[in-house]
Amino acid sequence: MHVVNLAKQVPVNGAALTILHPTSFDIQRGESVAIVGASGSGKSTLLGLLAGLDQPSTGEVWLAGKSLAALDEDGRAALRGELIGFVFQSFQLLPMLTALENVMLPLELSGASDARKRAQRWLERVGLADRQQHRAQQLSGGEQQRVAIARAFAVDPALLLADEPTGNLDAETGARVIELLFELNREQGTTLVLVTHDTELAARCGRRLSLHAGHLESGV
Amino acid sequence: MNIVTLALRMLLREWRAGELRVLMLAVMIAVAGLASVNAFTARMQLALSQESNRLLGADLVLASDHAPPPALAQAAQQRGLSTVQTAQFPSMVSTDAGSNLAEIKAVSNGYPLRGKLHIADSLFGKDRVTSDIPRPGTVWLEARLANALKLKPNDTVQVGYSRLKVAAILTNEPDRGGDFFNLAPRLMMNASDVAATGLITVGSRINYRLLIAGDTNAINAYRKVLASQLQRGQRLLTVRDARPEIRDVLDKAERYLGLAVLLAALLAAVAILLSARHFLRRHLDACALLRCFGASQRTIVMLYALQIAVLGLLAAVAGMALGYAGQAVLAAMLGRMAHLDLPPAAVLPFLQAALAGLVLLAGFSLPTLFMLRRTPALRILRRDVAAFDAVGAATYVAGLAAMTALLLWQVRDVPLTLMVLAELAATLLATALLAWGLVLAAGWLGARSSGSWRQGLLNLRRRAGGSVIQVAAFTLGMLALLLLTVVRGDLLANWHASLPAMAPNRFVINIQPDQAASLQDFLRRHDLSGAKLYPMVRGRLTAINGREVDSARYADQQTRHLLDREFNLSYADRLDADTDFVAGGGWHGDHPGPQFSVEQGIADRLHLKLGDTMQFDVGGTPVSARITSLRKVNWDSFRVNFFVVGNTDLLRNTSASYITSFYLPPAKVSVLNDMVRAYPNLTVIDVSAILQTVQDMLERVSAAVQFVFVFSLASGLVVLYAALAATRDERALETALWRVLGARHRQLWLAQVTEFAAIGMLAGMLAAAGASAIGWGLSSEVFKLPYHFNPLLWLIAIGAGGVGVAAAGVLGLRGISRLPPLVTLRDI
Repeated sequence: MHVVNLAKQVPVNGAALTILHPTSFDIQRGESVAIVGASGSGKSTLLGLLAGLDQPSTGEVWLAGKSLAALDEDGRAALRGELIGFVFQSFQLLPMLTALENVMLPLELSGASDARKRAQRWLERVGLADRQQHRAQQLSGGEQQRVAIARAFAVDPALLLADEPTGNLDAETGARVIELLFELNREQGTTLVLVTHDTELAARCGRRLSLHAGHLESGV
Repeated sequence: MNIVTLALRMLLREWRAGELRVLMLAVMIAVAGLASVNAFTARMQLALSQESNRLLGADLVLASDHAPPPALAQAAQQRGLSTVQTAQFPSMVSTDAGSNLAEIKAVSNGYPLRGKLHIADSLFGKDRVTSDIPRPGTVWLEARLANALKLKPNDTVQVGYSRLKVAAILTNEPDRGGDFFNLAPRLMMNASDVAATGLITVGSRINYRLLIAGDTNAINAYRKVLASQLQRGQRLLTVRDARPEIRDVLDKAERYLGLAVLLAALLAAVAILLSARHFLRRHLDACALLRCFGASQRTIVMLYALQIAVLGLLAAVAGMALGYAGQAVLAAMLGRMAHLDLPPAAVLPFLQAALAGLVLLAGFSLPTLFMLRRTPALRILRRDVAAFDAVGAATYVAGLAAMTALLLWQVRDVPLTLMVLAELAATLLATALLAWGLVLAAGWLGARSSGSWRQGLLNLRRRAGGSVIQVAAFTLGMLALLLLTVVRGDLLANWHASLPAMAPNRFVINIQPDQAASLQDFLRRHDLSGAKLYPMVRGRLTAINGREVDSARYADQQTRHLLDREFNLSYADRLDADTDFVAGGGWHGDHPGPQFSVEQGIADRLHLKLGDTMQFDVGGTPVSARITSLRKVNWDSFRVNFFVVGNTDLLRNTSASYITSFYLPPAKVSVLNDMVRAYPNLTVIDVSAILQTVQDMLERVSAAVQFVFVFSLASGLVVLYAALAATRDERALETALWRVLGARHRQLWLAQVTEFAAIGMLAGMLAAAGASAIGWGLSSEVFKLPYHFNPLLWLIAIGAGGVGVAAAGVLGLRGISRLPPLVTLRDI
């Protein structure tokens, strides 16, 4: 991944507020990178731009040799479907679906014919084989995040983006989830980019990008 | 994976999770409501028209001044229709005692095709229904002819060259209708005897009628064929043409039933609008997530459009089944109550209802769906990213257009539909403005109160947008319910009042001026008082604005027919106090200046307007005057009505006879015999059969409308439920937060009751205003009945609105307030 002069401004009361100042860095295949910083430092904005979920004001993100800026909204979505897996702070499981159906959903969208089998296998790997038919609300926070991790890895992404994956979990559960995340990351050879303000978690990553008030201060 | 399969899987999953319940219920109830109301009203209308066709003796009549070619009857028979021909002509009939003009009707076997003949064995004997016709060589006479010629059964009467035996007294023939006042008394004979009488020769004025009856579709198809082949001197008659009373009552019946369909469709539309919006709102996050997973905008639209389509189809099928059951129950209940045999239900209304449900679903969900596809994937990271702006009025243009088209298509009564829609739009606009103002006022009041009251009222203000939408939804739901209950009751009561149980059932004509006083005295003695005598002058319309009237210039055959006959004119100083003037402002018949007051229908037919001059030939004397007023006449009131009334000075010196009408209780029928003996020249016209038909129709339509409206009520309740469900999540979250912040159960309860009651009362007040306006509009413009303001409506609406919405709201949130707050917070 190449990031070149990436910046984001938003209009507030007629003036432009800079959330992310021009930033450039590269992330190599298989690397694990933590984006750290205090609340409001621009971490989630940067993650959204890296995933093509948002449009930068200036600069470019190159992913697998393609510039996100050159793609339209649907093109970026297709690239995400092909390359990126997500893990969110608030899990983002669909409440009306069971654990198994939540994991199946991105597989089904990508047209996988063995979606059920693959989803079952991934739920077994995250230790939730016996919770497949439970709805999201019937699971604990840790379990929900494990379902989300299974869902993210199920599509074999080249890049896994995680936004505060332990932010909604207690320390013990968070630690177990992180363990699982790194273990799978190693096994699958996925590039991992995670946003966190947890220094312990950041320390486990190969590299740290530190954001302060929209400025990238270290790790470039 | 195939997108259709994926959409179906997602639908199945959502179904299991209970996400689709409200939308499914709304579409199902909408289709069921429309299907049952449509199918039932179609059956009802068919039954009413078949019933009223008895007054025509057939379903379709071809009247002709020459014998209809036999090919016409054969063609009808080939279509499976029954036919019978009659011939009618005036002729003098005589006995040794004297002679009298009679209106002779020659009939053949099978006559009448609809309705029954009534005959009596003696002049004043009790009559009975018969399926026969006069046998060859015999005749049946109307009592006044028998009276005039002093004939009784078994006597003989000379008709042309034939001497025929009187076999019975004819007391009622179903198609006696037409213009009572122009007809001589009836003599009915067998068609096979006509040739021998020698009365039908070249140049005779014979009125032939080909009576046709049978299956409605075949009748309608053949009517079109006949209409396209009509020759000069031929015209098609329906009961509406033949009897204005029946036309009026059928029109009103259709409009009442149309109103029921309209409200059912309207409620269906609102229920679908609210639930489709709710469904799509709940799927915002799912869409953002799908975008993260790489779904294209097209995929998202396809996924949800397919889900909605399949859901709609399933709901429509279920709705049709439920609708079938519903209309069957309605029909069974009504059939037993009103003794009306309803024809079987047709398939079309069910398909129409299903299509209507799907059109509404598409109209209200597709615009939102197209906006949904634009949900930014970033929303998954940042909840503050606005995604949904579907509240904008423009989004619903497609839905509103679909609804309007649907209503026009379903009701097929453009003035009724447009009027209700226009008043509804005005009510909604006023609702939005007023609700906005009142919500702000509630906020102001809340800021100045304390405790839970304060929170409840302030909540209204905090959720201003949502509150206005909710007030509007409740207003619409309650408005429809008010129209269904209170206003409908008022409308029906007004209709009943216009046709009292003691409406006149006998007309007496040919009263000579010197008999007037003594006849009135006679009627008073027999307790038939109240009967007013009106002068009646016969005149032919000869000129309008100085230009000679030529009936051939009018395209409409009814108008030509009308102009070829004499009008019955009257004169008066004053018209009845409840006369409804539509132009000219009133009547001053005591003013010496020549003037006419004309009935609006005839004025429209002859293109007459205020200030035009009409000239009549009254017994050889031209009588001319300007039109100074136009009046509405309720023909189904059964009172003596005239197309044209002149001022007293204008017509006083013409030769007039008098006419009166009164209610004759069945127990006093013998009084008529005394009257006819005392005044042999009088002609008594019995309209009790027609009156009975009109009253039966009124009763049946009232009963039908009651049942139909009860069914529509279900749709109204779904609307209210959908309106509550729309904000349930938000309220649940708020309740949980309040609990977390330490609010006690009672405080929560009071705040909720205050907010819901305020919403309910606001909606009730606005709904009462809307319902009053629509009620007035319907009454005066559509049903042509006087409107009485009902203050109770406001009390009921505000009271029931406040209590009902508070109770429903608190009940709906009861489960939530009992749940531990953490459970609620995790669920949402």
